[in-house]
Amino acid sequence: MNIIVCVKQVLDPEIPPAKFKIDPEAKQVVPPAGVPPVISVYDERALEGACRLKDKNKGKITVLSIGSEKAADVIKNAIAMGADDGFVLSDPAFENLDSFGTAYVLSKAIQKIGAYDLVLCGRQAADWGAGQVGSILAEILGIPVITLACDIQAAGTNVQVKRIVSDGYEIVEAPMPSLVTVSSEIGLPRLPAGVRLMMAKKKQIPIWKAQDIGAEAAQLDKGNAHTEIIGLSVPVRKTECEIVTGATPGEAAANLVSKLANLI
Amino acid sequence: MDNYKGVLVCGEITDGQLAPVTIELLGVGRKLADELGEELSILLMGSKAGSVSKDAIAYGADNVYTAEESILDTYNSDAYTQAAANLCKKVLPSIMLFGHTDMGCDLSPRLNGRLGGGLSMECSALSIDPATKMLLATRPVFGGNAIATMVSKAARPQMATMRAKTVPPAERDDARQGKVIPVDEKIDPSALKIKIVEKIKEEVEGVKLEDAEFVVAGGRGMGTAADFAKLRELADILGGAVGGTRVACDEGWAPATLQIGQSGKVVSPKLYIAVGLSGAMAHIAGCLGSKCIVAINKDKEANIFNVANLGIVGDWKEILPALTAKIKEKKAG
Repeated sequence: MNIIVCVKQVLDPEIPPAKFKIDPEAKQVVPPAGVPPVISVYDERALEGACRLKDKNKGKITVLSIGSEKAADVIKNAIAMGADDGFVLSDPAFENLDSFGTAYVLSKAIQKIGAYDLVLCGRQAADWGAGQVGSILAEILGIPVITLACDIQAAGTNVQVKRIVSDGYEIVEAPMPSLVTVSSEIGLPRLPAGVRLMMAKKKQIPIWKAQDIGAEAAQLDKGNAHTEIIGLSVPVRKTECEIVTGATPGEAAANLVSKLANLI
Repeated sequence: MDNYKGVLVCGEITDGQLAPVTIELLGVGRKLADELGEELSILLMGSKAGSVSKDAIAYGADNVYTAEESILDTYNSDAYTQAAANLCKKVLPSIMLFGHTDMGCDLSPRLNGRLGGGLSMECSALSIDPATKMLLATRPVFGGNAIATMVSKAARPQMATMRAKTVPPAERDDARQGKVIPVDEKIDPSALKIKIVEKIKEEVEGVKLEDAEFVVAGGRGMGTAADFAKLRELADILGGAVGGTRVACDEGWAPATLQIGQSGKVVSPKLYIAVGLSGAMAHIAGCLGSKCIVAINKDKEANIFNVANLGIVGDWKEILPALTAKIKEKKAG
């Protein structure tokens, strides 16, 4: 079973809000110094989903990441978790792509890799969270897409997916090759194993540029972007928090309850 | 691009009625259409489509496209994408609106991929730029740390999803006139690859998190699964639900389905009681819509106090039992 997993390196979403800064002119976020980027949470779960499929069905996992050359780190980490191979897609033309541009670059890299049974993506990125790259990618590749997976199984020539819906779950099936987007409910990613960690460290991660994957300049032209960010701001929240006190915890709790009288 | 006209709402029918979110979208869609001086249309799918057409007109639609096929009675990604894409290619809507629902989250990105439009998901506001007549879509990014305004300069349709209750519902006016236009193009069954094998309703203990009027949430500060479980008593007394931060769910103190935040559920209860959680933005993104946030944390510098309305600085191990007892007393009368 050949599985391709698309992952993105993002600003750590767990940073304290005080460290979050933007450049409103450039409409970009300014990464705080000393905070290393992390793999986007859903992408890490997609990788875990791929590893579980490989545990059961054997096969090969290839990881793709668009980003700076630093993205090699997420690929090495993926290899330490259980992936076999990976490529960084890095080119000045790949910077700040919209969802269509991103999906286009991934589709060209996937076509270069060749045969595959499954493409796994996170349900959305932890930074811009557009929530559509996987679906657009599937449309470009001309394969079925199943979103919000919390369990993925191979069932003969089909993939069977348990997906999250608001009142529970759906079990759906599609013929492979298919694309599946993964939600956090699939469960925690495994910790990289010691031996694999050493192997991953030594691994050379090739970098593919636009010409390596045959990406056309017109498709990457920002002038042709489907969506553009024209404004970025940090919302001002002016909540005056009233600190309720009391001589004892019981008194503080009683004072709080009297303030909540209208609500409860 | 200039031949794309009007606003098209992708409607949803639940229990034989227009879904509340659809009525809200008709409200916002009507405003956008009026600003453009164009028509508001709605696509309704499934064999009940005809029976709610009158309602859609009363809520503001000028045109109701009905795709009355039983294959569309329940959401199927392949069939819905096909039906919506067929209609879009015919009517060329300039703007298309979806609920940020099970259907909208699955359908809109896929349809966007097929049509080559420009999609902004989970929008908090939609308006028309008076100068360019383009749709301005405002949405939270970076887990709510920032707000971005998106525009699609050339790609059409301009698409957006909105969560339920983001905007008020459209006002009903039964005097409104509109056209019902049956879609004659049938679904091509050979293009249906995805098969729904089974639907499983989740049994929830007590009130469902997303619907709860009272939510008691805990984070890293709870320390252990046994301590986390103490939140349940307060939630039960209030008739509410328990939720957790990403850390609490990752630790296994609460199931992943009860995670609140950017990578979990978004809740908007009357009262949100945050216990032993610092208030990382990724978590706050899931509870900002709450009417009243109460924070209990021993660190007075914790970010949760920046978004809370009321707070107690102290050890939850002392405060929570006291608070639970007092609320129980009050409830008892």
